[in-house]
Amino acid sequence: MITLNINGKPRQIDLPADTPLLWTLRDHEGLTGTKFGCGMALCGACTVHVDGEPVRACVTPISAVVGKHIVTIEAIDQDATGQQVQDAWLTLNVPQCGYCQSGQIMAATALLKQNPKPSDADIDKAMSGNICRCGTYPRIRAAIKQAAALTEVK
Amino acid sequence: MKKPQDNPNVLSPDEDGFYIANISRRDFIKSFALTGFVLAVGFPALVGADETAEPSEQGKYGADAMPHGWVDNPLVFVAIAEDGAVTIMCHRSEMGQGVRTSLPMVVADELEANWLHVRVEQAPGDEPRYGNQDTDGSRSMRHFFMPMRRVGAAARSMLEAAAAAQWQVPVQDVRAELHRILHPATGRSFGYGELAKAAAKLPVPARETLRLKKPAEFRYISKGQVKLYDGQDMVSGLAQYGIDIRLNDMLYAVVARPPVFGGKVLNYDAKDALKVPGVVKVIELPASPSPAGFNPLGGIAVIAGNTWAAIQGRKALKIKWDNGVHGSYDSVAFKAELESAARKPGKVVRNEGDIDAALKGAAKRLEAEYYAPHLAQAPMEPPAATARIVKGKCEIWACTQAPQASRESVAKWLKLPEENVTVHVTLLGGGFGRKSIPDYVIEAALLSQAMKGKPVKLTWTREDDLHHAYFHTVSVERLEAGLDAQGKPVAWLHRTVAPSISSTFGPDSKHQMPAELGMGVINVPFAIANLRIENPEAEAHTRIGWFRSVSNIPHAFAIQSFVAELAALAERDPKDFLLDLIGPPRRIDPRTLGDNWNHGESPELYPVDTGRLRRVIETVTHEAGWGRSLPKGSGLGLAAHYSFVTYIAVVAEVVVNEQGELSIPCIDVAVDCGPQVNPERIRSQIEGACIMGVSLTTLGEISFKAGAVEQDNFHTYRLTRMDDAPREIRVHLLPASEFDTPLGGVGEPAVPPIAPALCNAIFAATGQRIRQLPIRDQLQKS
Repeated sequence: MITLNINGKPRQIDLPADTPLLWTLRDHEGLTGTKFGCGMALCGACTVHVDGEPVRACVTPISAVVGKHIVTIEAIDQDATGQQVQDAWLTLNVPQCGYCQSGQIMAATALLKQNPKPSDADIDKAMSGNICRCGTYPRIRAAIKQAAALTEVK
Repeated sequence: MKKPQDNPNVLSPDEDGFYIANISRRDFIKSFALTGFVLAVGFPALVGADETAEPSEQGKYGADAMPHGWVDNPLVFVAIAEDGAVTIMCHRSEMGQGVRTSLPMVVADELEANWLHVRVEQAPGDEPRYGNQDTDGSRSMRHFFMPMRRVGAAARSMLEAAAAAQWQVPVQDVRAELHRILHPATGRSFGYGELAKAAAKLPVPARETLRLKKPAEFRYISKGQVKLYDGQDMVSGLAQYGIDIRLNDMLYAVVARPPVFGGKVLNYDAKDALKVPGVVKVIELPASPSPAGFNPLGGIAVIAGNTWAAIQGRKALKIKWDNGVHGSYDSVAFKAELESAARKPGKVVRNEGDIDAALKGAAKRLEAEYYAPHLAQAPMEPPAATARIVKGKCEIWACTQAPQASRESVAKWLKLPEENVTVHVTLLGGGFGRKSIPDYVIEAALLSQAMKGKPVKLTWTREDDLHHAYFHTVSVERLEAGLDAQGKPVAWLHRTVAPSISSTFGPDSKHQMPAELGMGVINVPFAIANLRIENPEAEAHTRIGWFRSVSNIPHAFAIQSFVAELAALAERDPKDFLLDLIGPPRRIDPRTLGDNWNHGESPELYPVDTGRLRRVIETVTHEAGWGRSLPKGSGLGLAAHYSFVTYIAVVAEVVVNEQGELSIPCIDVAVDCGPQVNPERIRSQIEGACIMGVSLTTLGEISFKAGAVEQDNFHTYRLTRMDDAPREIRVHLLPASEFDTPLGGVGEPAVPPIAPALCNAIFAATGQRIRQLPIRDQLQKS
């Protein structure tokens, strides 16, 4: 039995220690907001925060996150920056199919928490690990800038 | 972030309407897993009186020509609760185009409903009830704008009649306004909820008696102000896709499929797989019958307690495959085969004037061949479906573009009557044509059957998705043209060679079908006296399917690149040359161009309008500053293409640096899709189409070796990421005259002109001509 801290709550997990966090969240915890896209850390759809850092849950075994704070998209609104990002996403109607947007929002939130005023190059660097097949990149960029501006006003 | 309201009755007007749906949809998912979906639960109103859809008037074109046509019965699409909550059914699949916002918004507008009190429910697969549900071909709005307006208008008219009856006043003295019926003479009014019960008992008014709004009266249509219905769920991780379904006691499955199309299992050893913790069972699925159709490919399924265990179990399988007749399919060899076919005469599909004499007599001649490879749709959500069978009734949850085809196919495979199969349609994490084919839905049903009806969720991994897509075709387009002494084109010979989608569904005719030729190759509206289009044979060695905008991609790439090459030969500006080639504004009957298909639309309602094509070219070149001077290594490229009865022109600006690295500062797109119902979602679709176009132009390729796909995941099947995406996309929507022109498609038509616009821009920047997609490292200096 492994104990994980997910969205601020301790959770008992009865799965092999090498099980990826992604499938633990989705199949065991019912937190399906974290998405499967590739299984190889190539697309970013499964991005979660581990101690505030963006992490690809599909290649992260649960044994590696014991004792750390895991935050998923379902709880990102409890973070002020996360809220700003979600609001900017809605204001600019960013999503198309929406599937990759959990990962995009997690990556964008992590970026803004570390770098409240990112340049275009900073945004490229932080966000290029997240694929959007619908092609919402221009709006994602605009939404990150809008969220950054809102954070600044606060 | 605001939280969903627990009680829709306490929703205040300043809050967004989708919060109602948020909480109710979550409850709904829980409850429908147990009880099935009953529209009337909590909504004792319009639905229920007569749920049988009237047969639609089946004609020849548009929605009339689609299976099960259209339905405009308000009892099927609208329910009004006593608290005033309006529920609108969306019968088309949401895959990012915004249909769950835009179609219900049309109903709400004619109904004079307050969008804040509207909730949207997704219809299950049932075309006799809802009309056609094949969400493809860029036609949801084109085909259902008018039926959905009538749905809203009929429901509004019933509410008006109910109010007039209660007040005992003539119905023409009352009017609807924002969720209320008013009697202006006395100042009395009723809310919709107060009238719902009485209105439900009234007859549905005859279609011809309906009063539709004048465009000036539209509240939501054409305004672009309505927020995405599912937006809140999508940014909160609460949106439910096919891959997200969870049922009690559910098992998880993955399948090892034959790596080569047409292959089958020779033998297998499941001993090690069954030792993997969590693996429950290993099941052999029968090999696919021929032709491929919608059939699952067969193989070995691993059933487990979670997805990861199933994937690990599959890795431990030892399978010997018989690769069958396509075991030597090789993309390099096949390209040579296509080229060889393109260099010889083929089946003539359009012929005007005397092409041989005209070529012979031309002052200048040009020949060019263009290659475009297979592509995989690669939606971010791979195919997934969940099935269970209880007492002979199969229930499916799937991300599908084809709910009715899913239902029919599952019924056939399980040998159940169709009414015993229910297909619930989830959100789709992208579709792009892949999810038009329900092979994976059938797999889930077969696995549940093998597990005695237990719920089974089947997930495709990314490798599965890339190895077993229904691929975009592979093609060689060979063009030859002659110019007269003044540089005017006098001869046009186009040979198009590509395996056809029809090969997937019947004996391979080796020729493209009218629907493929009609995607921009046979119906070129050029003013050239001597023109011949030929279609030499090509054989399919894999499953060929639909990829967003389909055959328009290779056709537009070749034709619009070649026109720019001809302009260079004639030493003329590419824009002027293209406009001269299109000729003066005229409305051409597509049948006179050899196109009897016309995207399924009436040739009278939807002629090929060269005036509109010219207008998008003139608009986009003006907006992009065509002709402006650019620094060395920069260039502008133009392309225009007509598809899905919509006119698009693109100007791409590119920079190619000293190392040969490509960047795209800006893409301008001018769009004439007729009247714009939801301009906001139109813009987002065009932006997305641009990026998909950039992706297939620069990176996209599926190749085969020894019969099997060579790409496994996103490191080898590369897609455009944010750092390589155009820095700016500017969408210019051409104003349409007051909804009196018919609607054009939106989801697909902006994809095809991107590749030629980029390649023409690269030529302008570097002098290098790209004739083979993808560009990948062709520009790089060694």
